[in-house]
Amino acid sequence: MTRPGGSPAAVPEGPAAALECTGLVHRFGETVAVDHLDLRIETGEVFGLLGPNGAGKTTTIRVLNTLLPVQEGTVRVFGLDVRRRATDVRRRLGYVPQQLSIEAALTGRQNVMWFARLFDVPRAERATRVDEALDAMDLLAVADRKAGTYSGGMIRRLELAQALVNHPALLVLDEPTVGLDPIAREGVWERVQQMRADYGMTVLLTTHYMDEADELCDVVALMHRGRLRAVGSPAALRADIGPDATLDDVFRRHAGADLAVTEEQKGVRDVRRSRTTARKLG
Amino acid sequence: MLFSRTVTLSLVEMQKLRADYTELFTRMAQPVLWLLVFGQIFNRIRAIPTGNLTYLEYLTPGILAQSALFIAIFLGIQIIWDRDAGILTKVMVTPTPRAAIVLAKAFSAGVRGLAPVVVLVPVALLLGVSITVNPLKLLGAAVALMLGAGFFACLSMAIAGVAQTRDRLMGIGQLMTMPLFFASNALYPIDLMPGWLKVISTVNPLTYLVNALRGLLVGAPADLWVDFGVLVVAALVGIVGSASLLGRLVR
Repeated sequence: MTRPGGSPAAVPEGPAAALECTGLVHRFGETVAVDHLDLRIETGEVFGLLGPNGAGKTTTIRVLNTLLPVQEGTVRVFGLDVRRRATDVRRRLGYVPQQLSIEAALTGRQNVMWFARLFDVPRAERATRVDEALDAMDLLAVADRKAGTYSGGMIRRLELAQALVNHPALLVLDEPTVGLDPIAREGVWERVQQMRADYGMTVLLTTHYMDEADELCDVVALMHRGRLRAVGSPAALRADIGPDATLDDVFRRHAGADLAVTEEQKGVRDVRRSRTTARKLG
Repeated sequence: MLFSRTVTLSLVEMQKLRADYTELFTRMAQPVLWLLVFGQIFNRIRAIPTGNLTYLEYLTPGILAQSALFIAIFLGIQIIWDRDAGILTKVMVTPTPRAAIVLAKAFSAGVRGLAPVVVLVPVALLLGVSITVNPLKLLGAAVALMLGAGFFACLSMAIAGVAQTRDRLMGIGQLMTMPLFFASNALYPIDLMPGWLKVISTVNPLTYLVNALRGLLVGAPADLWVDFGVLVVAALVGIVGSASLLGRLVR
């Protein structure tokens, strides 16, 4: 797999990358969720991992953030082997999972302070850093309100504040804008870009929204059925297809036939399931 | 690192508890009912030989231990809830030892286990139970309660790692609660039990918690070194076991 307008994704080269996966395989029983994945993310990039549900994006993220074991292959984060130096890897990560997850009974400030402590932010700096993170997410005015009273967009921004309070070298966002309205989505992205500009962190995100990836990512990787189908800058990938091509078109070209088969098979399965249920019901 | 993370996570548990006291109040009612209804009736029947102690004196430490068990054995539901809400995942991606997550939950179970003391002890005193006022003994009893609750909370979290869902954990918890309770000396002396039940009672940490509480609170004969030794070892095994199973919850 090569990057149009970039370096080969499969061949690790140069100084330690922010993330480097080589031959990563992850299975859940018989199902191969990630299938010999080679991936390299350069320091400072905003890298988008795109693909439909079940493509293996979340599994990949869960392996690199140490939640899942490395079953086969190697994963290095800033040169650190995830298998051997999990704690050191975690120190460099900020992570926002798919679902909105805060402690509703705690205030916004308490939620962020909690993560500042878990990440060993020095006591003398802690209050300032928490305020900075809340301010960057435009939540300082409501910091002492219970987080349970926040809107979906505010909760997502609070999660970003939690993830950013330790100034992570790699910010991992797993579908960070799913379920948010367009204004909240825009708000989240404005702030991520601002934090990236301020701290020069590397950002890895997964998303279903191709327009979002097109606008925000320096590099995108299209993933389907556990494998990488294409890697490159959005502009270069689009240019490969045609002058008016979108990332949706790029994705259809690389995985479209498979997607159609998958949908067809799913349709047949659904019919079979309905017939079985109908038989059971008499 | 383990200590500082445990303190941080315990602080969060206390902040959550402080945000809603309701749970603590509801936890206080059941043990009082046991003492007022069950305890008073069996005190009058005088069917259970309890040596120099009245049945109410014998029962009060047993009810304290029982309430700690009942509170802690369902604590695994909280950790499954944290998993379902994505909170456990986020914490596990920080440089936090898994044992710290388990220890903080065990601590919160211990605090919850202490809550019934606030009401049960005054009620017991009103019913004529002579409970010690020696602050060292009271402190010792609190430590024993926290160790016992901590062990049962760890047991619950270990089951959560295997059961994976709240419904399954509820079922397993209910299946375990009564055998643990009745196969202990909380309600009656071990000497009254058939041989097979004596064996179970001897390996049941609840028995040692009751023994310690009885020795400290109402002056019953007790081997406190053995009782605390068993409770400490059980808690350590529980922490290691549940911490090693915690990862299964987020896979």
